[in-house]
Amino acid sequence: MRRSLILDVVVQIVFHSTLLLGIFLLMTGHNRPGGGFVGGLVVGAGISLRYLSGGIDEVRRTVPFRPWTIQGSGLMLSATTVVVPVIAGRSVMEHAKFDLHLPFYGAVHINTAQFFDLGVALVVIGTILMLLVAFGETMPSLNNPYRRQESDR
Amino acid sequence: MSIVLAASTALMFSLGTYLLLQRRLSRLIIGLGLLGHGANLLLLLSGGRRGVAGIVGSTDGKVIADPMPPALALTAIVISFAVTAFLLALAHRSWQLTGNDLVEDDLEDRRIALLAAAAELDDEELEVAAAAADPSIAPGPIAEAQA
Amino acid sequence: MRLLLPLPVLACLFGAGASMAFGRQRNAQRAIGTIALSTALVAAVAILRHTDAHGTAIAHMGGWDAPMGIALVADRLSGLMAVVSAVVLLAVLVFAMGQPGTEQEQPSFHPVYLVLAAGVFLSFLTGDLFNLFVAFEMMLTASYILITLGGRLDQVRSGMTYVVINLVASTFFVVLLALLYAALGTVNMADISERMHTLPHGMRVAFALLMFVVFGIKAAVFPLFFWLPDSYPTAPTAVTAIFAGLLTKVGIYCMIRTQTLLIAKDDRISRFLLVIAGLTMIIGVLGAIAQNDIKRILSFHIVSQIGYMVLGLGLFTVAGIAAAIFYALNQIVLKSTLLLVGGLVDHGAGSSGLTRVGGLARRFPILAWLFLLPALSLAGIPPFAGFVAKLGIIRSGLDAGQGLVVAVSLAVSLLTLFSMSKIWNGAFWGEVELVVEPEDGPTARWGATVPMLGATGVLVAVSVALAVFAGPLYSLCERASTALLDPHDYLRTVLP
Repeated sequence: MRRSLILDVVVQIVFHSTLLLGIFLLMTGHNRPGGGFVGGLVVGAGISLRYLSGGIDEVRRTVPFRPWTIQGSGLMLSATTVVVPVIAGRSVMEHAKFDLHLPFYGAVHINTAQFFDLGVALVVIGTILMLLVAFGETMPSLNNPYRRQESDR
Repeated sequence: MSIVLAASTALMFSLGTYLLLQRRLSRLIIGLGLLGHGANLLLLLSGGRRGVAGIVGSTDGKVIADPMPPALALTAIVISFAVTAFLLALAHRSWQLTGNDLVEDDLEDRRIALLAAAAELDDEELEVAAAAADPSIAPGPIAEAQA
Repeated sequence: MRLLLPLPVLACLFGAGASMAFGRQRNAQRAIGTIALSTALVAAVAILRHTDAHGTAIAHMGGWDAPMGIALVADRLSGLMAVVSAVVLLAVLVFAMGQPGTEQEQPSFHPVYLVLAAGVFLSFLTGDLFNLFVAFEMMLTASYILITLGGRLDQVRSGMTYVVINLVASTFFVVLLALLYAALGTVNMADISERMHTLPHGMRVAFALLMFVVFGIKAAVFPLFFWLPDSYPTAPTAVTAIFAGLLTKVGIYCMIRTQTLLIAKDDRISRFLLVIAGLTMIIGVLGAIAQNDIKRILSFHIVSQIGYMVLGLGLFTVAGIAAAIFYALNQIVLKSTLLLVGGLVDHGAGSSGLTRVGGLARRFPILAWLFLLPALSLAGIPPFAGFVAKLGIIRSGLDAGQGLVVAVSLAVSLLTLFSMSKIWNGAFWGEVELVVEPEDGPTARWGATVPMLGATGVLVAVSVALAVFAGPLYSLCERASTALLDPHDYLRTVLP
């Protein structure tokens, strides 16, 4: 496959800021526009940029985990966050907030809904990776008359 | 504002229905997308009057738009996003297997078509047999008489 | 209650996540699936016991009270449906583990199956119409994947029909929600129920009809059933069995719930439902008679049997709805069992076409027994549970003075028996004819592997148990039905 120099360079520059934007949206989501779904989508868009520049191999190099693992752990994280408040005697999905004081960093405001959102983001990222893997490479197909065309690209 | 939205809902529903009745999978999927967007727009319309976003501390006593319909519409959009992706995958698979994106005939249709073909064959055979028995009768009139 | 109500859903979702993360270890996936569904079963039994003793139970999600927040609400009907569904889901999962093919080859089977289960449980337990939509979509999206697992051409073709029809139904659902919200300003079911009487009569009827269409497509009632016999038989056996048993009954559950709770009794709607019921029964059974493949015959019977439940609902009497509930419970078990047997025939003999196989009773006697018991129950032969259910429907129909539709249901019952005897004659009696001679040991001896036979056997045992415990179960259904027709307890629990 022929690679485009301009696209490669631009993706190199943009990729990390896209990830940062995604994480920002994820963290800010509780009180302002944003959240797990949007954050995950933006991160996924960043990964899709990688795909555009270098194909599925580039995506594999960027994300060392399998899409299944990411999606599964996200779903588990969200489901756990939903149950934990019940153990603390509250109702399902209820969330609590508390302030921590971390050394060197300062005051941190933590809301437990954040973990639910993180799970959602992981599910979304996993889904996008799965889409890229499923459609990004030539699928093994039965008697496909168009197969040669696809691999000629 | 509201009339424009209502009109576009109607337009999307009619276009979506039209596309849904086509035989090409790609058009069908676009049609379903339009139907879904029409429904979401309707959901948005159900909230009533327009107003500012209902975020605490930013309203300044202005009229607040009902925040519920956008939330519902968002959920519906996310769901239709996933299902449309799946439909595209299915259409892709269908294209891989058959090489076109037409909707295939279903099983009963094909069976009925086979029966009809068999019935036609019988007629012709009947005509051939009749012609063999009595050469003065041409095959045409028998077919007409049977019809 | 705070934990118990969401537990079946959460256990399945958590299991789905874990199952995905362990995508490569089949045994881990199997253990996770079994544990998750067992947890759901235990929780469902606990919910049923609680609701039968203390009435409607509620769990507010996120600590927000009902009309604002989403509430999970369970009454006896939800409890009953959840318990039976959990049993069937568990048995079919075990069956799938024993069947070579889908479950062994596709790492996505277990997670998707668990998401389907979560969607089914959430449909039974939710008290919010929009949440019901979400539950439906969870269930349906999972079912889209399951029905096309394997990606064969016939699966893609029938899967396309299935997906498109259900997407149109979902669009109608969104339209229903939008119109309801515009008219009433709420999507909480109890809240809708309390405000419904403020609407003009014509609008109420329109909403009832829209709900009928939305859930009728899912339940496969008369004019909206054509997708079902086309798409179900092409899926892998375990998947067909679970679809046949559960998905249409989720539609019926929603019809019962919405027509009783949201719409007050109305003679015109009642008459309409009775006509639809009669037509569904007749068309379904006639379709079944015309078919020559076990799975396709049974798929048409799903449609035909749905008619009986709509009949019970259409009567709008305590006895009628109780009979419909009992009928639904019985059908969930029966239809899954019969389609599993269809799969066993396919597995043991190489085909489920009646003209291609024969003499299975001599070759695989266990298979024949596993088919005979539920088939007789389906046809309504005493002393099976199917007889009790049909008797209940017929008696309540006669009590309500609906002689015509009762006569139709009796005729359909005879035709069902005819159709079952057609399968029996074609596949089980006669000379032994196998398309493929099975090679592995257990299949050559009994017609199937041990988990497949075990799971089917358990379901047959459950369907016999339904007959043995028909008395207490029927009175439980009657209590559920009384609560449905007089929803004071439900409304007071949700909106105190």
